[in-house]
Amino acid sequence: MDHGDISWMLTSSALVLLMTPGLAFFYGGMVKRKSVINMMMSSAIMMGIGSIMWVLIGFSLSFSGDIGGVIGNLNWFGLNFDTLTDVTLPYPNTLIFAIFQMMFAIIAPALITGAVAERMKFSSLVIFMVLWSLLIYYPLAHMVWGGGLLFKMGSVDFAGGDVVHISSGVSALVLSIVLGKRKNLGKAPYHPHNVPFVFLGAALLWFGWFGFNAGSALGANELAAHAFMTTNTAAASAMLSWVLIEVMNNGKPTLVGTSTGLVIGLVAITPGAGFVPIWASVIIGALVSPICYFFITRVKTRFQYDDALDVFGCHGIGGIWGGIATGIFANTDINPALQYNGLIYGEVQLFIRQIGAIAITILIAVAGTLIAAGIASAITKGIKVSGRTEMIGLDTSEHGETAYPAFNGMD
Amino acid sequence: MKKIEAFIRPEKLEDIKEIMEELKLNGLSIMQVMGCGNQKGWTEFVRGAEVDYNFLTKLKIELFVTEDQSEAVIAAIIRRAYTGEYGDGKIFVSDIQDAVRIRTGERGEDAIK
Repeated sequence: MDHGDISWMLTSSALVLLMTPGLAFFYGGMVKRKSVINMMMSSAIMMGIGSIMWVLIGFSLSFSGDIGGVIGNLNWFGLNFDTLTDVTLPYPNTLIFAIFQMMFAIIAPALITGAVAERMKFSSLVIFMVLWSLLIYYPLAHMVWGGGLLFKMGSVDFAGGDVVHISSGVSALVLSIVLGKRKNLGKAPYHPHNVPFVFLGAALLWFGWFGFNAGSALGANELAAHAFMTTNTAAASAMLSWVLIEVMNNGKPTLVGTSTGLVIGLVAITPGAGFVPIWASVIIGALVSPICYFFITRVKTRFQYDDALDVFGCHGIGGIWGGIATGIFANTDINPALQYNGLIYGEVQLFIRQIGAIAITILIAVAGTLIAAGIASAITKGIKVSGRTEMIGLDTSEHGETAYPAFNGMD
Repeated sequence: MKKIEAFIRPEKLEDIKEIMEELKLNGLSIMQVMGCGNQKGWTEFVRGAEVDYNFLTKLKIELFVTEDQSEAVIAAIIRRAYTGEYGDGKIFVSDIQDAVRIRTGERGEDAIK
């Protein structure tokens, strides 16, 4: 093994891990102050559950062997493999690959939690995220990166547009509809209680995303540098276009908007970071903001679903746009691993496969979420807290803990 | 004129706000307060160690209404703040001698309409 590769992969893994607490701040700042602990706990708990599940069965189910192109087997239960001879398809050192991939398995279910903010039982959420990992994440990771169905089909996903963002975004939409709306939606204001937290979280996400995307080059090489640059460029471009939309619509640029814009830019570039030219990342970022803005402000209000923190609007829609954009702009000169060029180079094969992969991801996410939510509901006798509990806030009711002093001068 | 002061559970504020529209009231102030009474506080665990909180967070709402509105407001507050458990709060009513609207100089009931 090349020492440079090893050090870059381990560094990238640490960067990706940091995204989950970053997400906790990003989401935590956006909820009411009486539910911030519940929101942050929802991400934090995945750092425990996701890690242990991954070591025991997750990595094996995702990357060991192949059953029907859908899932792996349990031969590597408890990471019981020979690091160098039991090799996975994408990467020569199995342990390093397992470490890097673990961080993705941690953050993917945590992304969903923003949609169900301020009203879901914590116990139900934990059971849901365990089942979601088993039913949706491991199969998708296997299908896209482990040599399964979508891999054989010839669709590409550089760092997890399908596996992480579309799957979690669509699942978030389904779960928020199954769960139902917050009690006073439309009647009382639900606004961010701590905007600096939102920006702190967004900043940590941007920083960690370099590991997510540039690390997905799986080595310390030119492709990693390329993905690094497309990632930063798309984030910057999306941030500016979101601010521009805000200024045009409301006259004033906001910090929440700036944070949202940069995050969806990162989402949009994820599937194509190592496939599209750098100039294309400017376009991918610039267009994701108007698309997501339309879904969050128009489609959501039209259909009246309570995707509280816009997980579908940002990750679902941003991920779908990113997957499509990869089919438009991908170029074999950038990454020889590609079989086909994108649409603008006159080849339609990749574009069609990208659409197909997105459709399959959506199907799996919808079906898996309904099953997982059904089982969670049966075990915890309903997944929603009572109206009274919702008004008291989930911090007190679910965790017996309060985030801030209740009264100046008392505590 | 009457001053109505009600100590309520914080989670009941959204419900109580609705009496403004229902009874066509002109204004309402809220204050965050802490207090103790029959509810006797609660216990929180910080790293496994028990911490007792004797004072509970409550909201105090304050309204100034005309004589004939007074009973309707009290009834509406009770209806919305009630849970039947200790800690539902209390309502205090007192007479107000005079009121002045600063902008116009109106006095008495004219100032609170």
